[in-house]
Amino acid sequence: MEILVCVKQVPDTAEVKIDPVKHTVIRAGVPNIFNPFDKNALEAALQIKEANAGTKVTLLSMGPEQAKEVLREGLAMGADDAYLLSDRKVGGSDTLATGYCLSMAVKKVMADKGIEHFDIILCGKQAIDGDTAQVGPQIASELGIPQLTYAAKIEVDGTKVTVHQQNEEGYIVSEVDGPVLITAVKELNEPRFPTIRGTMKAKRREIPVYSAADIGVDESKIGLDGSPTRVRKILTPPQRTQGLILKEEDPAVNVATLMEKLTAQKLI
Amino acid sequence: MDFNMTEDQKAFVQIAKDFAAKKLAPTIEERDMNGTFDRALIDEMLSLGLAGTYFPEEYGGAGADVLSYIMTVEEISKVDPGVGITLSGQVSLAANPIWQFGTDAQKEKYLKPLAEGTKMGAFALTEPNAGTDAAQQMSVAVKEGDFYVVNGSKMFITNAGEADIYIIFVMTDKSKGTKGISGFILEKGTPGFTFGKTEHKMGIHTSITKELIFQDCKIPAENLLGKEGKGFSIAMQTLDGGRIGVAAQALGIAEGALAHAIEYSKQRVQFGKPICTKQAIAFMLADMATEIEASRWLVYDAAMAKQEGKPFSVKAAMAKMFASDSAMDVTVKAVQIYGGYGYSEEYPVARAMRDAKITQIYEGTNEVQRMVTSGALLH
Repeated sequence: MEILVCVKQVPDTAEVKIDPVKHTVIRAGVPNIFNPFDKNALEAALQIKEANAGTKVTLLSMGPEQAKEVLREGLAMGADDAYLLSDRKVGGSDTLATGYCLSMAVKKVMADKGIEHFDIILCGKQAIDGDTAQVGPQIASELGIPQLTYAAKIEVDGTKVTVHQQNEEGYIVSEVDGPVLITAVKELNEPRFPTIRGTMKAKRREIPVYSAADIGVDESKIGLDGSPTRVRKILTPPQRTQGLILKEEDPAVNVATLMEKLTAQKLI
Repeated sequence: MDFNMTEDQKAFVQIAKDFAAKKLAPTIEERDMNGTFDRALIDEMLSLGLAGTYFPEEYGGAGADVLSYIMTVEEISKVDPGVGITLSGQVSLAANPIWQFGTDAQKEKYLKPLAEGTKMGAFALTEPNAGTDAAQQMSVAVKEGDFYVVNGSKMFITNAGEADIYIIFVMTDKSKGTKGISGFILEKGTPGFTFGKTEHKMGIHTSITKELIFQDCKIPAENLLGKEGKGFSIAMQTLDGGRIGVAAQALGIAEGALAHAIEYSKQRVQFGKPICTKQAIAFMLADMATEIEASRWLVYDAAMAKQEGKPFSVKAAMAKMFASDSAMDVTVKAVQIYGGYGYSEEYPVARAMRDAKITQIYEGTNEVQRMVTSGALLH
């Protein structure tokens, strides 16, 4: 079985700062981490690999050269191969452009590996910097494969994949026979730690870097200029003051308190 | 002279940091309160290869360096110093002497599982009447055919009971004094080898400390570590390295305490302002941070000297002495900054202060460290 996991290096959103002019995230000086949901995706891939002999797990990321850190961490966790798409021309892409670029990179990886298709493509449900949750589904759409999003449980039986898709009420059980893209939620698993030996081995690995030319993208559809959406403004909304919950045992008391407050505010 | 961390070191430190945050932090308070040695947690830590960091790949290690390992001990000790010393005991005191003095067969049989983390190790030199005066060993070993028969006991042994592999030092020739001590590799389960009481300690409750008892315990002759009579030298050289681990543990304890104290001082409001706005508090924090920085470079320098095969005994002694004295000072100040809350076990600094004290004592009291240092200056 061949599995691809799309991973992203993101700023640790606990420490993030916003560029006041471009309204984009300032990456410099902010510690970078492996996008947590992508770790859940990779863990799922590694578990499938452990249960299915001969399975290979490949990583793909789109980002600056520094994103190799996350690819190496993924290799240290147990992935077999890693590829990076890195080119100034793809920088600033919105989700549609990113999904397009990544899908072209996936095709290039398949060609380079000499495989017809990936049996499963795993992504985190969303990146913690953009929080759009759009790129995974966009890759599936570009590749023409079904997508099962918000996976809280994955079962693989040959080519049959069964997924519990999380929603507000509970979950939907979906089944696909054949290639599929799955996006992972936190509840899917507890990602393993990379090992010391894994880290040492990953350090020695050559990670191929693709340029926009290598993956044959239409340059009018990539980068800031090729993106149909623009981020106009990123702002922190003013904090709403806390409401008041009236929870006395006796409803009559709650009503009396409420009436008192409404009349005091001259709302009644 | 490059004071920057390499990419690998950053990666190793991150593994230790994540492990400590996700696996140790959530239960440290409870495990400390109950004196719980959590074997499953230790096994998980060891499975990440943290005990193999600087040993060669052929013996189950990662082929990285001593400084990387020391940084992982530091990182873990910021959260759980008991687990920090568990790791340090395994690596610096049990695995290291096998790597440095063992035969290829011994390395294959004993170093590999220790480095891979499938077995635990311990080091046993101290006896009820032989602490700093380690030469006053009462435990004896008598050669009988293909075995050495050992009788005696050891005290205050870290990882005792849990470890499968013990590096012990016993008298093979009383007439020769320190030159009559020999080192052995002893496996748990050997008939005649049992454990005594578990120590109920002031601090590092998540680390396990017990007595070892030898009653006509037969150790195969091939388990002699190094040569007969070389045991004391092996023990002293091993402790030199172990000191760097303890220094790293002390550094971690101090760093953890400082971080808590800073956070608390920003939140605690008295007289209308956070207490960090008072110079008395701010100046204490500055002093604590400076002691920590000074400790850090002493510890890292000793680790690098060991890695490079340079003489490192004095550096290790200075690092251990300074980092442990600093840890004691920093944690006492941290409790003071927390005020009344600092005295409550509901807050982490009381534990940090209880944990810090032992770093001034074990693996060579700070008096011993001063003897080593002054000895080098005055020889």
